[in-house]
This record gives sequence, C-alpha cells and structure tokens, in this order.
Amino acid sequence: MTAPDPMAEIRASFFIECEELLEAMQDGLQQLDDGADDPETINVVFRAVHSIKGGAGAFGLEQMVRFAHRFETVLDGVRAGTLAVSADLMKLFFKAGDHLSDIVRASRDDEEFPDGESEAIVAELDQYISSDADDAAEEEIDFQPMGLSLDLDLGLPDIEPSGPPTWCITFTPDAEMYESGNEVFPILRALAELGDAEVRCDTSKVPVLSELAPESAYLSWTIDLQTTVDEAEIRSVFEFVDGLCTVSVERAEEPAAEFEPMPDFDLPAPEPMEDLPPPPAPEPEATAKPEPDAAPKRGAGSSSANAAKAVVRVDLDRIERLVNLVGELVINQAMLAQSLESAGLSPHSDAMNGLEEFQRLTRDIQDSVMMIRAQPVKPLFQRMSRIVRESSAAVGKEVRLETDGETTEVDKTVIERLADPLTHMIRNAVDHGLESTEDRTAAGKSTEGIVKLSAAHRSGRVVIEVSDDGGGINRPKVHQIAIDKGLVPADTALTDSEIDNLLFLPGFSTASTVSDLSGRGVGMDVVKTAIQSLGGRITITSEPGVGTTFSISLPLTLAVLDGMVVNVAGETLVVPLNVVSETLTIHEDTTDEIEPGAQVVRVRGGFVHLFDLGGALGYRSGPGDLAGSVALLIAQEDGNRVALIVDEIQDQRQVVIKGLDDTFCRSPGIAAATILGDGQIALIVDPSDIIANASKHGAASSSSMRMEA
Amino acid sequence: MTLEVLAVDDSRTMRNMIRLALEPEGFTVHTADDGVHGTEVLDGIAPDVIITDINMPRMDGFGFIDTVRAQDKHRTTPILVLTTESGNELKQRARKSGATGWIVKPFDPAKLIKALRMVAG
Repeated sequence: MTAPDPMAEIRASFFIECEELLEAMQDGLQQLDDGADDPETINVVFRAVHSIKGGAGAFGLEQMVRFAHRFETVLDGVRAGTLAVSADLMKLFFKAGDHLSDIVRASRDDEEFPDGESEAIVAELDQYISSDADDAAEEEIDFQPMGLSLDLDLGLPDIEPSGPPTWCITFTPDAEMYESGNEVFPILRALAELGDAEVRCDTSKVPVLSELAPESAYLSWTIDLQTTVDEAEIRSVFEFVDGLCTVSVERAEEPAAEFEPMPDFDLPAPEPMEDLPPPPAPEPEATAKPEPDAAPKRGAGSSSANAAKAVVRVDLDRIERLVNLVGELVINQAMLAQSLESAGLSPHSDAMNGLEEFQRLTRDIQDSVMMIRAQPVKPLFQRMSRIVRESSAAVGKEVRLETDGETTEVDKTVIERLADPLTHMIRNAVDHGLESTEDRTAAGKSTEGIVKLSAAHRSGRVVIEVSDDGGGINRPKVHQIAIDKGLVPADTALTDSEIDNLLFLPGFSTASTVSDLSGRGVGMDVVKTAIQSLGGRITITSEPGVGTTFSISLPLTLAVLDGMVVNVAGETLVVPLNVVSETLTIHEDTTDEIEPGAQVVRVRGGFVHLFDLGGALGYRSGPGDLAGSVALLIAQEDGNRVALIVDEIQDQRQVVIKGLDDTFCRSPGIAAATILGDGQIALIVDPSDIIANASKHGAASSSSMRMEA
Repeated sequence: MTLEVLAVDDSRTMRNMIRLALEPEGFTVHTADDGVHGTEVLDGIAPDVIITDINMPRMDGFGFIDTVRAQDKHRTTPILVLTTESGNELKQRARKSGATGWIVKPFDPAKLIKALRMVAG
C-alpha cells in the first residue's frame, strides 16, 4: 500500500465539508424564505458560500471560486443591507445554491462542468451586483496570495565584485506597533536575510530612567542594506507594520564597503533622524508572487498522519462486517449468560458481576456501531426541496415545501434507497396532487400549494409522509380508469380506500397526457415495490378538496433488536419490544365478545381488540380459554392499540436479526428469525402485519377495525 | 526554529491545510473552530503565534483578537489574520483590534511559515 497523499485526503475532507456547508446554506436559505430576517441567518449562508470559496481557492478549483464569489457578493449585499430580500431574489438564491451544489459535486467527481451552464445564473446574479462591488470582485477574484513576499529559497545574494546597490533604510516604530504584537528584531532579521545589512540603533531619544514611560517607543534604527532585491521587496518586509512606524528606503550614494558581520543591536550609533513622512503603502499586486504549484508539491512530499482526522471515510462493507460481528457478539454473550446461569452460579459471584459488565459493554458497542450507520434524513429532504423547486417551475405552479423531523436518523442504506421513490412521490404531489393555480383560486385556497415532507420515529419504525394540500384523489375518475384499463371488473363496488389503492397497480396513470414530470412510465407501483424491498409499507389517505397523504413506514433495519421472547402454542417467538407498550394478564371478567369471533379486553375503561398470535400464524384455531393468557398491547402506527394474545412471556432480551432468505417466500406476519441463547431458532414476528392480515381475513373484526381507523 | 501555533478557523479544510503546512516543519498546531472555542483553547496553552480567520460563527476574528489582547498573558502574542478578504478597510480594522499581520487565502505554505517565523521573532 502506498502512503496516502495528505493533500488528497484534505481534498476529500474538503468535499465532505462542502456537503455540510451546502446543507447549512440550504437551511439558511429556507429560513430566509420563511421570513427570518435576523443578521445571523444571512451570515450563515454567506459564511457557507465563503468557506466553500476559500477551500476551492486552495485547491485551484477556479470555476467554483468564480461562481461562489459571484454568489457571495450578492449575499454580501443583503448582509450589508444594500439589497432587500425579495421573492425573486430568494428564487435566485435557491437556484444559485443548487448550481453551486452541482459545481461542487462535479468538481468532487472530477467531471467537466460546462462553463456555459453558469452563465445564465451569473447574469442574473450580476443584476444585483452594483458596479462598485463588481470592481472589488474582479480584483479579489484574482486570488493573488499576497502575504509576505519573501521566498523561502531566497538565499543570500551572490556578492558581485562591483557589489549590488546599497539601500539606506530608516525605521522608527510607533508605540502602537508594539501593541499589535510586532517586534523590531524579526523585521531587522528579515532585512538581513535580503543581503548584507549593517544595523545601527539610535538610542538618543531614550530619556533618563525617571522619565521613561514603559509603553512609549524611543528607539529607531538605520540599516544599510546591500542587496540585489528591489525597493518593493524591501518595503514588503514592513508590510505588517505599515502605518505603525516611519520607514524610509533610499538608494545610498556609494556602495557599501566590505562585508561585515551583523553588529549587535546595542551598538550605539547615534545619527540624526530625519523626520520622514510615512511611505506610501506598497501595492499588494506589485509584491505578490503567486506560486500556485507550491502548496500541492509541498503537501505531497510530506506525511502528516493527523491532517484529516476530523472525518474518516470507511468502506461500507467494513461497517457491515462490524455490524455482523457485533451481532455474533450479542448472541455469544446471551449464550454465555445462559450457561453461567444454568451452572447455578450465585448472582453475586464475580463471574455474574463480570457478565453484567460484559452485557453493558456489548450494548454500548452495539449502540455505537448502529450510530455509525444512522444518518439524519436532512440531506435527503434538502434534495427534495430542489425537486419541488424544479418540478413546480416545470408545471407552472407555486409550490412550497414544508419539512418536519429532519433530524430523524435512519440507516444510511435506507436513506440512499429512499431517494428515488421519494423523488417520484414529490413530483407526483406537485404534478398530480396539487391543483392548477386557477383551480386553487376557484376553490378559495391560497395560490401557493403546499407539499409537506415529514419524518418521525413511531413505534419502532420510521414513518415518512409526503402530503399535499391539493384536491385529493379524484375517486370516480380513478375508478373509471381502472375499469377502462381492465384492472378491475366494471361492476365492482369499491370502498374509498380500495379505490385509492388502485394507484399502486402496475401501469396506472391518471394524467390523461403523459406530463413532462412524473409521467415517465414509472408509476406508484414502482414506488411501492421499492418501499417493500426495504421492508416497508406504503399507505394512502386522501380527502376530497383537502389533500392526499402518502405514508411510508420503514423498519429501522437494525441488525439487532430488543425482543420479547414469548411462548405461543408450544412455539417460541420473538416480538419486537418497541411495539409492545404494555402487557397484562387476562382475567375472565376483563374480556368481552362484542360479536362472534371478535373479542375485546377492557383496559382502564377502554376496549382494545384481541388477536390471537397463535391463530394468526396458523399454530392453532383459537386461543381457547383466555383466562391466564397474556395480552401484549401493541401501539400501532395510526395511534390505535390492539392486544396480541400469547400464552406466556419467557424473557426480554436482545436478539440478532437473521434475515430470511427469499426461499422462504414472504411469510405474512414474519419479519425475520433469530438464534436464542440456547441455540434454538425463533421467528421474529411483525405485529402490525399480523394485525393487518387478521383484520383483513377476520370479517367480524375488520368492520370494527375500520371504525377505529 | 519550531513554533507552537494556535489556528482558529471555522473551515475544517482550512484547519487541515494549516496543519499540513506546519506540522512537517515540526510546528505544534492547536486548532479551534471559532473565536469562542479559540479563547477556551488559549486558556490552556501559550502559543508563539496565533492564526485566525475573520468570518466565523459565534465570535468573529475581530472579537477574538480583542479578547486575546485583553488578556495580559497574550498581550504581545503575535496574531496573524488569515482571510480571503483583502480589502484595506478590513486590514485596518484587524490592526486596530491588535492584529500583527495578515495572510490572504489561499496561502502558500512557505510564505505562511516565513510569516510565522518573522512575527514570532
């Protein structure tokens, strides 16, 4: 393996930082758009663009620098209060932000980014740039590193027989110079490095001790410098102290005599000081010596292990392996616990105490490993805000995206695989969900349609919702199209929810003409398949005139879960603990049969539907005598609760999820399998799926379930 | 001559660049994300030179320089301003706060080292 190139590492970390900065920029722009007018918000946006420009300059990404600079100049106008934020300006900012993101990503992937694409946006930005600012812009965009114009490789100049010219320099610091942290000695030394210097210190102004003010400046210096460098270079030594001292640089009449060692500073050589006016500031352009190649070369040759330690990029496969190993560790620990327990060790023995510590550590490791994979949905949501902007512009609708729960963390793989279905859903919402501006006005709604995107953790799953405040699903039309396309028989009577679900049928499209946006031959059926492949479910709710909501419910896809190990009809099953809100033992007098086959249990004055887990999975026909069984109260995604009947609770413990191969097909109600501490294999059930199936098949209960829903 | 340096910049890339430029020279580089953080870091160290960005969240470079100069311990510690902005007004303001000098980004590592050595005396 070759040593990593530190410059390449920093470059990689720069692009990671860019993503963060772009996110901050998007956030800030959104807040501005939402009406935030505090100076810090615009400052955040400005700083983000500014930092991108700064980094881009370091890597010679000229195009990025140029565009960021334009953008930044307009933002600066807002920051300085010379530009007012308007709706048009906000639109431009969003567009410029998107464009900057494109440039950043193209640069990151070393792709050529056509200059022409920037032109239109640059032209728009330029409209907001006053001519003064523009001049300053041009000057600054040259990116001349000015700093000190002393070159490291500048050795002592060769002493020619005739001798290079001698300069007479006088240097009188003001008291303020010392206050700025500047010192005389380094300046003299820098001068001495330019050639042969003879330094004399004038101490004549130093008063007697009793009158000496400690913070005043009394000394001045005269330097005879024999050098080949020009006046500008000599003056550049004084760049930092310009205005804080009096400096004169003049060509001496006769060349200096012999080379002499630099005299000590305390050599008194009083000379009358001329009172010279401060010299003009050296022009930065004149002294600047850009060396664009110097930085990378230098970096490449040196090794700096901790240069990029803020972020470590790890192959996902390695994390995957770690996740699996931690899974094995958890199983191992459970088995060890079980064998120690069955060996009859006292709970107070050292071994048991040690085991407890081991358990705690295992859990910590596991949490940490999971944290590596979990990421907030925010970047995904920000991508969607761009989709909304672009798609609303394409169909000529005013649309505003509202987001909620951006900090919700979801497994990285899930986030990646959600991007496509979500993009499609957002486009659908803009294109089909929202009415045209005229229709909205006619319906008495605001012309601006709202698409809402939210994420939340609900009962152990992640629920992502896309909703619009449009006209709702046109059910008669949907039904008719389904009939026309032969998807359903003409004479079927369908419930509203059944009609809504027709949208998920393959090849369904309500738009009479295939629109530019969503109609690309990809229907909601593809979205549904994508969600299902992530182990998720998608549901629709729609209300005419009010809007439509698509709700995606996803598992956290963690490799390990906290499970409740239960016995049902002689089988051992695992119920995810996070869906169990409560457990209770059933007594004869707490249950009721509201209609044949549909039983409820009374919980603190309310009734909760009972479902037999054994029956639902086909282990038995019915629970038989309920008394003495245990009911697990399951919180559902819609907020309702149902009770699952099991025979007995064995244990609560962490189990490692072992995915079921496709050869098992998809068994309803079964999510995965696991290996218990004693080596036994147990199935992990999906309570929501069981309840959904049970209510579908159980005619009696389904009606009341609908009532609840 | 190796130096102990504190670099205050809100850009991680910039902090990394400074490290990359200075650490091979044997410099000890401390870093901080903004003025407030810089002030905290300064409590525990006595660097030979401080490098600071101007535009930072929470406390900007001017505020940071003011804070540093107000402490007796750091009254004469050289402070270099490292910024993309090269306007004269900005330099004057930086100097008024007590900055020792300035370097314009993107910087040439050799020049940064030279400047650091020069102001550190």
